[in-house]
Amino acid sequence: MNIVVCVKQVPNTETKIRIAEDGLSIDSANVDYVISPYDEYALEEAIRVKEQQGGEVTVITVGDEDPKGILQKCLAMGCDQAIHISDERLNGSDSLGIARCLAGALQQISFDIVFFGQQGVGTDCSQVGPMVSELLGLALVNVAKELKLDGTHVTAKREIEGAWEKVVCELPVAVTAQKDLNEPRYPSLRGIMQAKQKEIATKTLDDLGLAADAVGPSAVKLEISKMELPSPRKSGEIIDGASTEEKIEKLIQKLHDEVGVI
Amino acid sequence: MAEHILVYVGHRNEQVIRPSLEALSEARRIADANGFSVSAVVVGVEGNDLPSECAYYGADTVYVIRDAALRQYSSDGYAQALKSIVDELNPLIMLFSADSMGKDLSPVLAAKLEAGLATDCTGIWIDDGHVNVKRPMYAGKAYATVRFKATPQLVSLRPKVFDLGERNAKRRAEVIERDLGTQEQDLRAHVIDVVQSGKQQLDVSEADIIVSGGRGLGGQEHFDIIEDLADTLHAAVGASRAAVDAGWIDHQHQVGQTGKIVNPTLYIACGISGAIQHQVGMKNAKFIVAINKDPDAPIFQLADYGIVGDLFEIVPALTKKLKEVVQ
Repeated sequence: MNIVVCVKQVPNTETKIRIAEDGLSIDSANVDYVISPYDEYALEEAIRVKEQQGGEVTVITVGDEDPKGILQKCLAMGCDQAIHISDERLNGSDSLGIARCLAGALQQISFDIVFFGQQGVGTDCSQVGPMVSELLGLALVNVAKELKLDGTHVTAKREIEGAWEKVVCELPVAVTAQKDLNEPRYPSLRGIMQAKQKEIATKTLDDLGLAADAVGPSAVKLEISKMELPSPRKSGEIIDGASTEEKIEKLIQKLHDEVGVI
Repeated sequence: MAEHILVYVGHRNEQVIRPSLEALSEARRIADANGFSVSAVVVGVEGNDLPSECAYYGADTVYVIRDAALRQYSSDGYAQALKSIVDELNPLIMLFSADSMGKDLSPVLAAKLEAGLATDCTGIWIDDGHVNVKRPMYAGKAYATVRFKATPQLVSLRPKVFDLGERNAKRRAEVIERDLGTQEQDLRAHVIDVVQSGKQQLDVSEADIIVSGGRGLGGQEHFDIIEDLADTLHAAVGASRAAVDAGWIDHQHQVGQTGKIVNPTLYIACGISGAIQHQVGMKNAKFIVAINKDPDAPIFQLADYGIVGDLFEIVPALTKKLKEVVQ
C-alpha cells in the first residue's frame, strides 16, 4: 500500500506571537517551528497502516522555512522518504494554492491513502486536506477519530458535535486526523539513525509541472490586509470572604447582577 | 439586479444546525445594509419545516434539494449539489457556519468552484462588493483581516459569535424545489450512521454556559461534581487536555488548542491551571470564573472572578446554593 502524509511546520504552541513590522504577518524571529500537532496523529496513523498492510510512507511538506528538522523526525518515526516542495514563487499562496501544489506532487506518486492533520495550528484554515481530496477526486474522511481498512474498503468514525458519524468509502481516500485518532510514537534511537539514510527530495513548481500563476500570490482569491494581536481581557478580581459560604454568595450575586445567567 | 448572498443551512435528521441560523441572520443584516437579497439552500430534507425556518430568519428565497441519494450527509455529494445552485445564482457571497458540517463542506465546494474561502470568521463587512473578514490565527493569538479579491466569496462564520436575528413566523420566502438526479454510486463517501457520544449532552461548542474540569479533579469519578454544577446551570461539561489525556472524559469535551474553541457567555474553570493552550480555547468567553487552590495559577489572570480554595469544597457548595437560589 502506498501511503502519503502531508505535514506543516507551525510555531510551537507555547510561542508568544508578535506582529511583524509589515503588519501583515507574524514576526518569525526566535520562533521555534514544530510539526503541527494534528499532523502527528496523521503521521502515526500512516505508519500504523504501513505496519499493518505493508507498503511505504512518503511525507510531504510545502514551504520555505527549512523543514529538515521536522522531516528528519517524520523519517525517524517511520516514514520512508520525504519530499520538500520549496519555491519562492509560493510565498503568499492561499490554501487553494497550497492544495494545488500538494495535489501536483500526489499526482506524480501512486498512492492509496493520503493523511493530513485536520487543521494546521498556524493559519488554522482547515481547508487544505478537503481541497486536495476534491482536486484529486478522492473520498474524504474529515476529522477522523478512528480508521479501519479492509482491502479497499474504508470505515471511519468522524467527529461532529456531541456525536460521531460512521463514514464508508473506497480507496483512494484522503483522511484528516483528529486528536486521539491514535497515540503518536516517539522516534526510537534506531529510527533516528535510520532516518539519516533516507531520502529528502526537494521539488520546485517546475518539477511538479505547476505554473506560478496557478499557485502563487497572483492566483490568490483573498489576501491578508492586516494582522493584529487580540485586545487583552480586562483584569478581574479574586473574591474574598471570611468563609467559603461567603465567597460563594458573593459569586452568585455577581453571576446574577453582572453576568445575568441566574 | 440585487446581488445575492447564499447561505447553506445545515441539518441532521431534519434538526437545524443552529449556527447555520446565525449565519442566515448575519446574511440578512448584511443584505439589509447593502441592498442584497438572501437565498438559503437546504439539502436532503423531506419536509417543509426547515425551509420555513429559513424564511422566518430572513431568507427571501429558499432552494430545497430533494434528491433521495442526499438524504444522508455526504461532503462530496452535498458540495456538488451546492455547486449547481451557485452556478445558477452566481452569488456575490456564500456563507456557512463553521460547525463540523460547514467546515467539512465549504473547502470541498471552494475547490470545486476554485474560489476563495475564509474559515471560522469572527467579523465580516463589505466594502464596494468585496468581503472583508476578521479571523483568528495561531489559535487566536493573532487576528487577521482578510479581503477577498475574486468572487464568489465563501465565508464560514464561527458559531456563537453572530447573534441570531429575530424569528418572524409571518415571513414568507419563495421556495424553489430541485431534484438534481444524484445517484448513490456518484458519491465518493457516505455517512451511514450517526452515534451520540455517551449520554445526550449539550456540546461545548453550542453552550451558553460551560463548567469545565481539569487536573485538579484528580480522577474520573470526581467529574460528578462538575456534572452536578453543569446540570444545575443547564450548562455543558468541558475539560482541559490533562483530564482528557488521563482518560477521565472524552475528547468531545476538551476545550483548548487541540480541542474546541468555545464562545460561551460564562466559563467556569474548576481545578484548571490555565496553560496557554487551554486559554486559547476559552478566552473568548464573555465571563470567566476560576476555582483553583493555587493562587498563582495562570487562569486567575484571565478570570473575571476567581475563588482560591479547594474545589471539592467550593464546587458542591456552589451547586447546593444555586439550587436553593433557583428554587
